Amino acid sequence: MDDAAFVIGAYLAVSVGLGAYVVRLLTRGRKLSRQVPEGRRRWM
Amino acid sequence: MTTALSTPENRTAVPAHTGSRFSRVLGAVVALGLGLVAVLGLLISPADEVQGDAARIMYVHVPSAIVAYLAFGVTALGSALYLWRRSDFWDATAAASAEIGVVFTSLTLVTGMLWGKPTWGTYWEWDPRLTTTALLLILFLGYLAVRGIAAERKVRARRSAIAGLVAFVDVPLVHYSVDWWRSLHQKATITRLSPTISGIMLFTLMSGIFVFIGLYLWLLIHRFRVQYLEDELAEGGLAEAIAERRREAGVAV
Repeated sequence: MDDAAFVIGAYLAVSVGLGAYVVRLLTRGRKLSRQVPEGRRRWM
Repeated sequence: MTTALSTPENRTAVPAHTGSRFSRVLGAVVALGLGLVAVLGLLISPADEVQGDAARIMYVHVPSAIVAYLAFGVTALGSALYLWRRSDFWDATAAASAEIGVVFTSLTLVTGMLWGKPTWGTYWEWDPRLTTTALLLILFLGYLAVRGIAAERKVRARRSAIAGLVAFVDVPLVHYSVDWWRSLHQKATITRLSPTISGIMLFTLMSGIFVFIGLYLWLLIHRFRVQYLEDELAEGGLAEAIAERRREAGVAV
């Protein structure tokens, strides 16, 4: 593959970037959910 | 949205996370889709006749840019609807979508730079498309900063809605910059009636776009719920602080 470093780099940037955001988002959601009383978590 | 009453009978039915059955199914489908796009983009789709293998970056760069437009479009819509209806739902939707838009705009810039080096010979050029995209990122970082300023909920929501609508003005500038000004960046590949690519390349690109839109929806569901929880906590904290002040002042609560 030509320019493999750039191609792999772009796919890695997207994977790592999105992966880190997803982990942060889910962790934040769990942490906040524990702090809010059950009756006020209304989306379920 | 339904209200889950907190009773001993249903207490275990309210999990301490932001997921739901629908979000789990959507998440699984999106994860499979992302794997498929990676296989199609890196292994199955052929190299471009002009740009060679560097064109494979298109399959993550273009979907990221489209999702960034979509996310900021939802922020603008949520902002307008907030100003019209004064509904906290639209404020939370606008906030959630803006943060996701910032993530995808950052990915658009990074993947664009990695595509630019092998094709243009440089990572960055002060070209109309690149400059307006960088400006878009700065504008929506500004929107998030406005949201971070401590204020009463309604005041924050009104300020943010105005900021969201102002920031969105840059989206059409980004999109049409390649048509309106002389640009190093190539013109639109698929937004015309006759796309400039075909076959497996077009299929891979369209798959990438649909999967990334699915990912955006999944992220929006979770981010909206996080925003809702943050607002609930902030409101609970404010009510507690007011009650404490009243107790200190000897006023009946």
